[in-house]
Amino acid sequence: MAEHSNWLYRWLDERVDLQGLEKFLRHKTVPYHRHSIWYYVGGMTLYLFVVQVITGILLLLYYKPTAESAYESVQYIMTEVPFGWLVRSIHSYAANLFIGCVFVHMFSVFIMKAYRKPREFTWISGALLLFLAMGFGFSGYLLPWNQLAYLATNVGTSFATMVPVVGPWILEFLRGGKEVTGATLTRFFGFHVAVLPGLTTALLAVHLLFVQRQGMSVPIVIEDEISSKKADRRELPFIPNFLFRDMLGWTLALGLIILLATLFPWEVGDKADILKPAPAHIRPEWYFVFMYQTLKYVPKVVGVFGFAIAGMVWVLLPFFDRKSNRGISNKLYTAIGIIVVAYMIIMTAVAYLAPGE
Amino acid sequence: MLEIDIYPLEMRLEKVSRRNAINILLGSGIAALGAGTIYPIIRYIIPPAESGSGTSSVSAAKVGELKPNEGKIFKFGDKPAILVLKAGGDPSSAASYVAFTAVCTHLGCTVQYRADIKNIWCACHNGHYDLNGMVISGPPPTPLTAYTVAIKGEEIFVSSAKA
Repeated sequence: MAEHSNWLYRWLDERVDLQGLEKFLRHKTVPYHRHSIWYYVGGMTLYLFVVQVITGILLLLYYKPTAESAYESVQYIMTEVPFGWLVRSIHSYAANLFIGCVFVHMFSVFIMKAYRKPREFTWISGALLLFLAMGFGFSGYLLPWNQLAYLATNVGTSFATMVPVVGPWILEFLRGGKEVTGATLTRFFGFHVAVLPGLTTALLAVHLLFVQRQGMSVPIVIEDEISSKKADRRELPFIPNFLFRDMLGWTLALGLIILLATLFPWEVGDKADILKPAPAHIRPEWYFVFMYQTLKYVPKVVGVFGFAIAGMVWVLLPFFDRKSNRGISNKLYTAIGIIVVAYMIIMTAVAYLAPGE
Repeated sequence: MLEIDIYPLEMRLEKVSRRNAINILLGSGIAALGAGTIYPIIRYIIPPAESGSGTSSVSAAKVGELKPNEGKIFKFGDKPAILVLKAGGDPSSAASYVAFTAVCTHLGCTVQYRADIKNIWCACHNGHYDLNGMVISGPPPTPLTAYTVAIKGEEIFVSSAKA
């Protein structure tokens, strides 16, 4: 054990049991096998969330959430505030990278069937966090109050009317009125900086608590190899081995984000104007595109309800995949996962490559 | 210094072990990253100087707006200021007016003109100033900063320039 001559260490240890914490951290390990690389994506997502919290708080110092001054305040941040362009561009790029990591994390967990018994709650909390992440993206997109954001919010919120009975009520709740106005902006600001961060923090705590309590899931194929003595069970100490690898990834990610922010500062666009028509080939943020594109091929009702049901099934997935729960490799579910990913990629690609279709 | 010189070269090189060298590189790398993160944040949180915040002259009131023995609080840049038409003064003569910052020198409350006692009064801690801005009674430590009054046409202009 490290030297405990430090008076501060001793003072704290007598009160909050630092030695206990140290012992716990030194004994924490992460399974080490050929698919271990996917374990880093969760940590990366967490890191990007922290980046969003810090840059988001910084943006709050100058951002003004009203229709009259939102656009101007973002312009002010981009042009007048020292390093304002950097802070906002990091927030925008890290947001996209964050959503990307959430998707990669989720599908890697899916393919490795890490949701199987006993980790159902980890999966459910994670799936709900995905929806919150998309909520962050959707609400944050409106805040600069530019033309594209205004139109995207009009389209996005209009889907609420499809919900039977309470649809119109949900629409008004989201918009703060019948139309997208300054009231919507103020509301979305509230969601983006108070409601969603609160919910996300609580759910994230639950998610991480489960991960901590149960440890990392080892894929079924690796478990099989270990039980048939084809491979040894190997563990990597969390501190310092795993954490240092994590931190290396975080540093690289920060470097990439700063590179993008410096070379291509995030645009402000044109100020929202309700009298301007929508430009051709308008589309939402890339992570909504697969749904947006689908609605070009199927009736709106089918599309909206299809995605709503698919979303619910996705959340409750661990309860459908009985085979994986018994520790048996389930090829069908692997195939489903690959089909879902392929569908999302193809739909997104079509939207970008053939915007007129 | 002498101490180091007595070691042969090989021994001195050994003092910087590989572990030490890596620790130094890693440590300075982390320090540089930390500095590179903190510096923009500190620069960012200090608001940029606003252009045109050093207001020098504003239109405080119209001629005839104030009656003799009456005061008006108006906006001078980002702060309140007070314009007083002295009792018995001619509303069309700049000399009948006085103007001061309306921020009490004690704790920053906004002062007001008291027609009944003909002086400028701060309600917070009962500070009194005369119509030259001087402290008559109460806790204010220094006089109110005086502004210059000028009349151009129908407008009464107050400026921070020295009279």
